[in-house]
Amino acid sequence: MSSTAFVGQRVKRLEDPDLLTGKGRFLDDLKLPGLLEAAFVRSPFAHATFTRIDAEEARALPGVHAVLTAKDLPSEMQGRRILLQVPHPQITYAVTQEPLATSEVCFVGEAVAVVIADGRHIAEDAAERVVVDWEPLPAAAHCEAALKPGAPATHADRADNIAGRLALGFGDVDAVFRNAAHVVEERYEPHRGTGHPMECRGVVAVHDMAGDAFRIWTSTQTPHNTQRAVIDMFGLAEDRVRVITPDVGGGFGPKNQVYPEELVIPAAARLLGRPVKWAEDRREHFLTTTQERDQIWDVAAAIDADGRLLGVKGTLIHDAGAYLPWGIIMPYISATTLPGPYKLPAYRMAVTVAFTNLVPTTPLRGAGRPQAVFAMERLMDAIAKATGLDPAEVRRRNFIQASEMPYDMGLTYRDGAPVMYDTGDYPEAQAQALAKAGYDDFPARQKAALAEGRHIGIGIGNYVEGTGLGPFEGATVRILTNGRVAIYTGAAAAGQAHRTTLAQICADELKVDISDIDVVGGDTGLMPRGAGTYASRITVNAGSSVRTASAELRGKALALAAAKFDVKPEDLELSHRAVRIKGEQGDSITFAELARMTSGMPGYALPKGVKPDLEASGYFTPPQATYSNGSHVAEVEVDPETGRVTILKYTVVHDCGTVINPMLVDGQVQGGVAHGIGNALLERMVFDADANPLTTTFADYLMPTAEIVPACDIVHMESPTPLNPLGAKGAGEGGTIPAPAAIVAAVENALSPFGLRITDCPVTPQRIVELIRAAEEMSEEDTP
Amino acid sequence: MEGADGAPQGRQAGYAGGVKPAPFTYHRPETLAEAAEMAASLENARLLSGGQSLMPMMNLRYVAVDHLIDLNPVAELAGITIDGGRVSIGAMTRQRAVLEDETLARCCPVMREALGFVGHVQTRNRGTVGGSLAHLDPAAELPGLAALLDAGITLRSRDGDRTVAMADFPRGYMTPDIREGEVLTSLAFNAWPDGHGWDFREFARRHGDFAMAGAASLILLDRDGRIARAAVVLIGIDDGPVRLSDVERMLTGETPSDDLFRAAAALAADRPMAADALVTETYRRHLAGVLARRSLAVACARAANGGGHA
Amino acid sequence: MPDAPPKRKITLTVNGREYTAEAEDRYSLADFLRHALGLTGTHLGCEHGVCGACTVLVDGEAVRGCLMLAVQAEGCQVTTVEGLANADGSLSPLQQAFMDHHGLQCGFCTPGILTTLTAYLRDRPNADEAELREALSGNICRCTGYDTIVRAALAAAGAMREGGQP
Repeated sequence: MSSTAFVGQRVKRLEDPDLLTGKGRFLDDLKLPGLLEAAFVRSPFAHATFTRIDAEEARALPGVHAVLTAKDLPSEMQGRRILLQVPHPQITYAVTQEPLATSEVCFVGEAVAVVIADGRHIAEDAAERVVVDWEPLPAAAHCEAALKPGAPATHADRADNIAGRLALGFGDVDAVFRNAAHVVEERYEPHRGTGHPMECRGVVAVHDMAGDAFRIWTSTQTPHNTQRAVIDMFGLAEDRVRVITPDVGGGFGPKNQVYPEELVIPAAARLLGRPVKWAEDRREHFLTTTQERDQIWDVAAAIDADGRLLGVKGTLIHDAGAYLPWGIIMPYISATTLPGPYKLPAYRMAVTVAFTNLVPTTPLRGAGRPQAVFAMERLMDAIAKATGLDPAEVRRRNFIQASEMPYDMGLTYRDGAPVMYDTGDYPEAQAQALAKAGYDDFPARQKAALAEGRHIGIGIGNYVEGTGLGPFEGATVRILTNGRVAIYTGAAAAGQAHRTTLAQICADELKVDISDIDVVGGDTGLMPRGAGTYASRITVNAGSSVRTASAELRGKALALAAAKFDVKPEDLELSHRAVRIKGEQGDSITFAELARMTSGMPGYALPKGVKPDLEASGYFTPPQATYSNGSHVAEVEVDPETGRVTILKYTVVHDCGTVINPMLVDGQVQGGVAHGIGNALLERMVFDADANPLTTTFADYLMPTAEIVPACDIVHMESPTPLNPLGAKGAGEGGTIPAPAAIVAAVENALSPFGLRITDCPVTPQRIVELIRAAEEMSEEDTP
Repeated sequence: MEGADGAPQGRQAGYAGGVKPAPFTYHRPETLAEAAEMAASLENARLLSGGQSLMPMMNLRYVAVDHLIDLNPVAELAGITIDGGRVSIGAMTRQRAVLEDETLARCCPVMREALGFVGHVQTRNRGTVGGSLAHLDPAAELPGLAALLDAGITLRSRDGDRTVAMADFPRGYMTPDIREGEVLTSLAFNAWPDGHGWDFREFARRHGDFAMAGAASLILLDRDGRIARAAVVLIGIDDGPVRLSDVERMLTGETPSDDLFRAAAALAADRPMAADALVTETYRRHLAGVLARRSLAVACARAANGGGHA
Repeated sequence: MPDAPPKRKITLTVNGREYTAEAEDRYSLADFLRHALGLTGTHLGCEHGVCGACTVLVDGEAVRGCLMLAVQAEGCQVTTVEGLANADGSLSPLQQAFMDHHGLQCGFCTPGILTTLTAYLRDRPNADEAELREALSGNICRCTGYDTIVRAALAAAGAMREGGQP
């Protein structure tokens, strides 16, 4: 067995057999004796106050156990709001949601009461009968309008809608703009969508009166944050609150914060003395689960005569929605992601974070980066137009070179460390992507297609992505008395195959098969510290912890066996769940025997030199982000008459450092691109002028389907990072980040005969036809 | 000011949301007569056919009924009969059965082409012809086909049968001419002569979605290659399918040409178009014109090809 | 006070085994399978008939379990994801192909996709990629981007043709 029998291989997933046969256990699958079900009463208004909730009729319905409003919640919860996840000094109004609104609701769907009943059907019957004396207020429906003087305030007691302001930059921006050969200036507007894991959110809570202890199952990416929030709210000791994630049916970011329901359901379980479940339905998901991506970028680039960037300046308005569960992290990430793989001598970005009466925004696959990459890559294409250079050539002239790594961008990243790119070869990534995509002969193909009346186009999207963020993630690796190996980690998986990845890393250290390893994640009772599955950080953090803990455990196993056989550890080797003396047959001790040895016998002293810990724990704490990168090339066909866009070919070069399992990384990339296609062409949360959501079913909000998403041609480059023992970087979001930029560029390129510019996304068929018509009208006006 | 779902201001129910239907009593008639009797006698009742539109509306509580009368057990309502040129399709015939019926595909090929746009594998397995007609979604394919084929729709009540021409069937947005106590039993039409050309197309952003607009055409050419008979329908643009008799008059007697199709498309688009929160009237008009032109071109080419695939 | 919602006993066969349980008339087949029979492999993703996660086979044909009432399945033969494996418990060729080709990530949409493809490949064992993509267009998957699902389906079709297995 080589030293990497598993790491780097296309190892099949440990997760699959159960999930393929219906043996998965998702939140709504949990069965507990006496389980009651909840339905929430939610605001039909984007902004309103209320004083009275009449639940009499609802309470009288057979099968209804309780209808709780804010004042019915336990005293510990009175006057309290959910913990702010990431405080920041630039936040001007750090407001998070109340568990149940007490007198004011700030978006459609905000909960004001909860019905607890025998089943969900009856709970919904009752929720319909709860009557509220709403007093509707004007609502802020759009982030730019919200900042204008006299705009309706999102929160009635506030004078304006400013949630925070940030100013970032470096270099002498004014000077470079004075001396520029060209200046290009544009406005970019990426729009709001959401994550839509196929499993919605959900919570089950059990309260044990003895000791005032909670067991809470929740469909989350971050069980430890839920635990922290419950502890904070109820003032309990850590060991009184155990939060467990069952199988989680996708996350994509929105399951990475604590929601009101995760506090209200435990409270209800305690008040009623019965287990209570709330399984979010898709309609609630549309109304209440966090969203992201509405931003307005007004940016200008200064360039020299050769198309080299001298500086970028501009303003960014970020739509926060009604509350700030994640603070102002996303616009911060956006502003620091903008420079991407390019050398930028001067940069200035003024960010305003605006409250609106819309669903709160929090990081969603890409977390502020798709918008920044959209802005930067669209700028690059604008520069190409202004200079007459090919878009690929403009990018080539501006790349940071591999020889310049590590590269200090001159900014401070959200983790407080400098934006210091660690490794990567950006010019090579683009070169490989262009070669694979047939970029060089594309003009000939395009010309031939146009001669047949077909409009095809090509577009590029490059990105650099900070991944693998701290604070930490930990793992305990233990050899059990049945001879198997157990890994406990804090992180909860939502489809990423943590079990497989972590088992691969451990298996190589302990020389066992991955089927000999059981991985348990996302249970605060088994791993008391954890951060969560977000920011493409689990392989880096938990993976590195497993590597070091496994290596330490290997040392312990060898030392124990060495003592038993009276040999040196160097004379031993691990093989087939046993430690044996090298070169000999017969003299070996199995993992099971070792584990039993360390367990001892009642009343007897442990043998000399034996300690009761055939396990090792580690917490990996990364010093800074590690930067993944990639280049995407999209080729599309556009029907200019209907506006339909068909993606013909999609090429990805992806560098996430050392790849633990190429099959899984391919899966992350392909799935990420699909999400990016949604952002580019399909997915948009639309609200009316009163901030009412108009797209609240899967019939209105369009998810990419099998006929929309092509097979991606994926190339892996590996630039290992020195920042962790695996050399790995994050892989979960890179597929999504540059896709809107590449696809929109390709659509624009396909429509180059019309001479139009696309600066927003998603770009819908209707929008394309409107842009063509506008371009035609413009050229008619220009013609004398 | 209105809230979500058009909720008015003031004291009212909280927004329950939800995807579980309100309670109702389920009824299971075995015969058409029994179904008609139930339809006549039960208060606040709805007939359930394939359920692919009604069930989502009930799950979302847009529709709440006291009684649901299931037509699925009524065997006499399902089936396709083709007698000479007369085609009759029972209301409870599944969309999949229409799609896969070989005889129907030969005598009325536009049916198969249109049914390919209806929903997905799973919904066509349950969805029915009668259900789609009675639901009367403005963008639905089956009402469009019925309009295209001058179909008659037969309804049964305690008092007997009544047949309504498809042209008179829509009474407003999703409001068919079905009276209290009536059960839609069948759709019948005369197939066009052999050798006719056909086309059905629509524009939806994803396969299986309700179309933003759609166009369907039937064309019969005379021996000189001139258009002897034309039927053209737009769907998704108004409360119900719109039969374009003005366009048909313009086409009749003319020799197919790109110029003719363009002129016909311009006329087709020159009428009021629905707008909604996501689709403007301008874009829908534009789409309708493009689809009408393309549809006519293909239908004429197929007709010129003797009704084979062009 | 309103009456309790109407209920009745429903008898049907699921994965070859007969079950009888009581449910309200308004219960969807998916809710009935999940909560009355405890067969939680069938998942609910939208309950308005778009996502396809709840797809089950009723008398062999793929239908949306959220758009059919449990009472309508009285006397029917229902197949769910729990019933797709071979008689000896080993994975069916389709399930195996999903494992081999990484056709699932979180696994939540997977039961509906497996049931849809099981019926589709039975009827069209020679389906090509374009046909498979159309057949899958009524099932939403957020994780995979579909390609590995299509590869798995093509591989399973090949394996079933060679093995002569349905």
